[in-house]
Amino acid sequence: MRTAFIEELVHLAEQDERIWLVCGDLGYSVLEAFADRFPQRYLNAGVAEQNMTGIAAGLALMGKTVFTYSIANFPVMRCLEQIRNDVCYHNLNVKIVAVGGGLAYGSHGYTHHGVEDLAVMSAMPNLTVAAPGDPVEARSITRIIASHPGPAYLRLGKAGEPVLHPADTAVEYGKSIVLREGHDLTLISVGCMLANTLSAHDKLTAAGYSVRVVSMPFVVPLDEEAIRAAVTETRVVLTVEEHGVGGLGAAVGECIARFGKAVTFVPLHLNRAPIKISGTQEQLRELQGLSAAGIANSAAEALKRRDSIPQNPAESGEILA
Amino acid sequence: MQQDIEKLICTARILRAHAVRMVHRSRASHLGSCLSVADIVACLYWNTLRIDPAQPAWPHRDRFILSKGHAAAIVYAALAERGFFPVYELKTYCEFGSRLTGHITSGVPGVEVSTGSLGHGLPIACGMALAANRDNLPSRTVVLASDGELDEGSNWEAILFAPQHELDNLLLIVDYNKIQSFGRVSEVLELSPLADKFRAFRWAVREVDGHNIPQLLDTFAAIPFVAGKPSVVIAHTVKGKGIKFMEDDLAWHYKSPTEEQLARALQELGQDA
Repeated sequence: MRTAFIEELVHLAEQDERIWLVCGDLGYSVLEAFADRFPQRYLNAGVAEQNMTGIAAGLALMGKTVFTYSIANFPVMRCLEQIRNDVCYHNLNVKIVAVGGGLAYGSHGYTHHGVEDLAVMSAMPNLTVAAPGDPVEARSITRIIASHPGPAYLRLGKAGEPVLHPADTAVEYGKSIVLREGHDLTLISVGCMLANTLSAHDKLTAAGYSVRVVSMPFVVPLDEEAIRAAVTETRVVLTVEEHGVGGLGAAVGECIARFGKAVTFVPLHLNRAPIKISGTQEQLRELQGLSAAGIANSAAEALKRRDSIPQNPAESGEILA
Repeated sequence: MQQDIEKLICTARILRAHAVRMVHRSRASHLGSCLSVADIVACLYWNTLRIDPAQPAWPHRDRFILSKGHAAAIVYAALAERGFFPVYELKTYCEFGSRLTGHITSGVPGVEVSTGSLGHGLPIACGMALAANRDNLPSRTVVLASDGELDEGSNWEAILFAPQHELDNLLLIVDYNKIQSFGRVSEVLELSPLADKFRAFRWAVREVDGHNIPQLLDTFAAIPFVAGKPSVVIAHTVKGKGIKFMEDDLAWHYKSPTEEQLARALQELGQDA
């Protein structure tokens, strides 16, 4: 995914000389493609994320479109006040890129788990928040945020994520993509959970369910239309994210609540407790119920629960009480 | 030249009077911090900075960032007196609906950056100076920071950065009044030897009396002090300077003058109430 990002960024920088790349001393074997090509628009700010983000704001105030780049939580947490005050409140063209979001750095330990970013970044004004589901989405969203005015946050996977869309798939700003149609259940995935979500779809389909799969790379702005369709056209909605509380699940839940329509909704996310053990990304996902089987099991349980509820609440005093 | 200096002394007194009135009227605080930098602000806005009030967004202008955003009143006063917006608007300072908030906020003509949380100005300035350097623009970037603000780690990240990239179009002015928000600098986190710290970080350093206008003018006119190095002016100042009963007193970081104190202050400044 990071390769798709840097290739696209180099391509964009060829066409737009305002584009800069500023890293926090990370990006070995990735950023050279940009640094060698555009040394005058590349900067390694050192292991200093606060200064990196302030510099990006200063560059943007001078007319540049600046991508900041580091891994997991580093370009988000240490410099959060710079993101809020300097970047978002001033509505600047700074695009914050975190590579290895979620549990991509699984065995590195929890200091390297980027699992609160969507929640924190969703609270920032003016900020677009995106986590693409595969390299095709990553490439497309890199292009979108480069030209969309104002700040953006881009959570990427690391390397080796499977391509899940045809190469010519069109991603639109703030829109989701339906990958599979279905009428029993909707699985809404953000970021790199898309592959497991599609595998869960296959398991559920084999079990006889009709399952819609929606990739929702934008947490902000949220594709409310797709959520409304899921709520009205399917009986159960699950969100799937490699993130703790407050991410896509919270956003979709709030949206559903505003619709005021009853639906069985299950937000699948990481537990609140930090993950203190080592493991590959997939092992840790499994531990948290986010393997393909884990997602499928949660979905099947939700469907059964839903089926046990009378469809017309007026018939049940228990529900009205 | 002598005439210019006398004018600037007079201007600084007018700015001080504005700040005293603004803080009095709004029952706001940070008056001591405003008075501390009045002479520096007067020199910058009437002499050093290449700016045009008729074109606040002129691309080749010098950029000024008040990193100690709590001294907003004195900078608003300078911007108004320089013609960026009407002087009568100063009366709205900290009033409901006013754009003149207690910590400096962009959207006010002439204000480049909103600050208030400390340690933000210098990193932003590094970005501005770097862009100007790489694009061969004549713009210089000037940051006014407080001494207490140098406790913030973000400043030291930027202090490491600027010489690495030879930002000699960057000037940092430290308002070294030796009082921070809850005590004396020497008692909270001692900065001394401050000049040596900057020298060790490869900055070109000058120390001045931050209330001596000829000295300030000469110093600011000499930037960059060394080609290829960022410049820092350590301005030794007195918190509350210009109004005797406020000088060197932590309380005036917080207090708003009473009617009687306002009258005394304006009298001392030679201004009408």
